[in-house]
Amino acid sequence: MLELDFMRMAFAAGSVVGLLAPAVGFFVVQRRMSLIGDGIGHTAFAGVAFGYLVGISPVLTALVAAVGGAVAVEWLRARRGTAGDQALALLFYTGLAAGVVLVSAAGRFDAGLFAFLFGAILTVSSGDLLLVGILGAVGLATVGLLYRALAGIVLDEEGAYVAGVPVAALNVTVAALVGVTVAVSMRIVGILLVAALMVLPVIAASRIARSMRGSFLLALGLGLASVWAGLTVSYYANLAAGGAIVLVAAAFVLAATAGASLRRA
Amino acid sequence: MSRVVELRGVSYAYDGGPAVLRDVDLAVEEGEFVAVAGPNGGGKTTLLRILLGLARPTAGTARLFGEPAHRFSRRASLGYLAQRSRLGTDAPATVREVVGAGRLAAGGLLGPLRARERAIVAQAIADVGLEAHADAPLARLSGGQQQRAFIAKALAGEPSLLVLDEPTAGVDPGAQEALARLLERLHRERRVTVVYVSHEFGAVENVVKRLVLVRGGIVFDGPPTELPGAWHDPSHAHA
Repeated sequence: MLELDFMRMAFAAGSVVGLLAPAVGFFVVQRRMSLIGDGIGHTAFAGVAFGYLVGISPVLTALVAAVGGAVAVEWLRARRGTAGDQALALLFYTGLAAGVVLVSAAGRFDAGLFAFLFGAILTVSSGDLLLVGILGAVGLATVGLLYRALAGIVLDEEGAYVAGVPVAALNVTVAALVGVTVAVSMRIVGILLVAALMVLPVIAASRIARSMRGSFLLALGLGLASVWAGLTVSYYANLAAGGAIVLVAAAFVLAATAGASLRRA
Repeated sequence: MSRVVELRGVSYAYDGGPAVLRDVDLAVEEGEFVAVAGPNGGGKTTLLRILLGLARPTAGTARLFGEPAHRFSRRASLGYLAQRSRLGTDAPATVREVVGAGRLAAGGLLGPLRARERAIVAQAIADVGLEAHADAPLARLSGGQQQRAFIAKALAGEPSLLVLDEPTAGVDPGAQEALARLLERLHRERRVTVVYVSHEFGAVENVVKRLVLVRGGIVFDGPPTELPGAWHDPSHAHA
C-alpha cells in the first residue's frame, strides 16, 4: 500500500489532520459547542463556491470563509448575547444557502465540488500536502503553546475573566483555529464529515481518560489511529476514505463507552 | 487598614427597566469576611458584578482597592468562585489541573507551570484538605469536594480579595457547614478579604462578623447576632 505515491501523500496529509482536528476540537467539545465544526463546514462550502465563481483557489477562499465564520460565531455568542446554538444555526443555514446559490451561479455542480463535500484524500497533491503541513504545524504549535490557558477557560471561564485573563482573545483564537482546521481537513474527510474528526476522538478519549491532559493526548492518538485505520480499510476494501475514517472514529467512541461501563460495573 | 471595596450611591437598572439596586452604600475593609445574602432577584448578583467591575452602575461609583472597579488594573489579585452551574465540573480534569488553572493570571498563559507555580498549586490543594485527591478526576468527588477544589483554584492566584458566588448551592447542609468553617480558617490564615454571596446564609452565620442583606438595596448591615430573629435561616440550626 505505502509503495504507492498517492497513498504516502494520503497518509502524510491525513496524519496532520488526524492530530490537528481533535487537538482543536478538544476545546470546543469541552465547552459544549461540538457542532461548531459543522456550522463552520457549511461556511467553508460557501467559500469553496465563491472560489469557483471568481476563479481563485477554493481552498484559500474556504480558509478565509471558515475563519471569518468561526470568529463571527464567537462574536455573536460573546458580544451580542446570542445563544451558542442560535449563532451556529444562523451560520449553518446562511453558509449552506450561500454555497448553493454561488455554486449554481458558477455552474459547478460537478466532481470537483464532490471532492470538497465528501473528501478526496487519494488525490492529495504535493501542493496540498505543503499547505496542510504548514497550517497544521501552525495550528498544533498554537494549541501546544496555549494549552494551559485554553484548558483553564474550559474549567472556569468567568473566574479567568475576573482575574484578568484575556478570555475574549483566547476564544477568538480557538474560533480561528476551528476555521483553519475545517479548511485543512475538507480535502481529507470532506466538508460534510469534517466536524466528526474534531469531535468523535475527543468524546472517546473523555470516556476513559482520568485527567484533562490524558484526555487531550488520547484524543490525538485516537484521531491519528482513525485516519490510519480508515485509510487502510478504504484501500483494501475499495471504500470512500473520508467515510471510513469517520466510521473508525465512531467505533472508538462505542468501544470507549463500553469500556467505561465495564470499568464502573 | 485599607479599603478594598467601596460602593457609593450605587443604583442599577437593566436596559431602561426598573432599578434592581437603589442607592447602595457599601464599604469592605482589608481583612474582613463579609456575607452578602438576600432572596433570589434581590440584586445580589448585580451587586457582585458591579463590585468586580463587570458591570457599571447606572448611578453612583464603584471602586476596588481605590481604583474605579471597571478599570481595575490589578485583576490578578482577585479570586472568584463562580456559581457551580457555570463551572466545568464535568470536564475530565483532576483536582491538580483545576487548581493549576488558578495560576493563569498570576503565573502567565504560555507553556507549562514552573516549579514555583506547581508548589503554590500544591499548597492551595493542601489548604482545602484535598491532598489525598490531588490527582483524582473531579467527576469522582462529591459536590462539597468539588467546591473545595474550585475554592483552591481561586486561592491559587494568591488573591487579596476572594469573592464567592453561591459557593454552597447544591451542596448538602453538612458539607455547607464544613465549607463555611474552611473559609473562615482560610480567611484567618491567609489574611484574605472575603466576600461571600449567597441566597442563604445559615452556613456562614456563625463564622462571619458582618452580614449584609440585599433586597433592592441594603436592608441590613451588621453582625449576624443583631439580625431580627425571624430573619435567620431556618435550614441551619446552630448551637
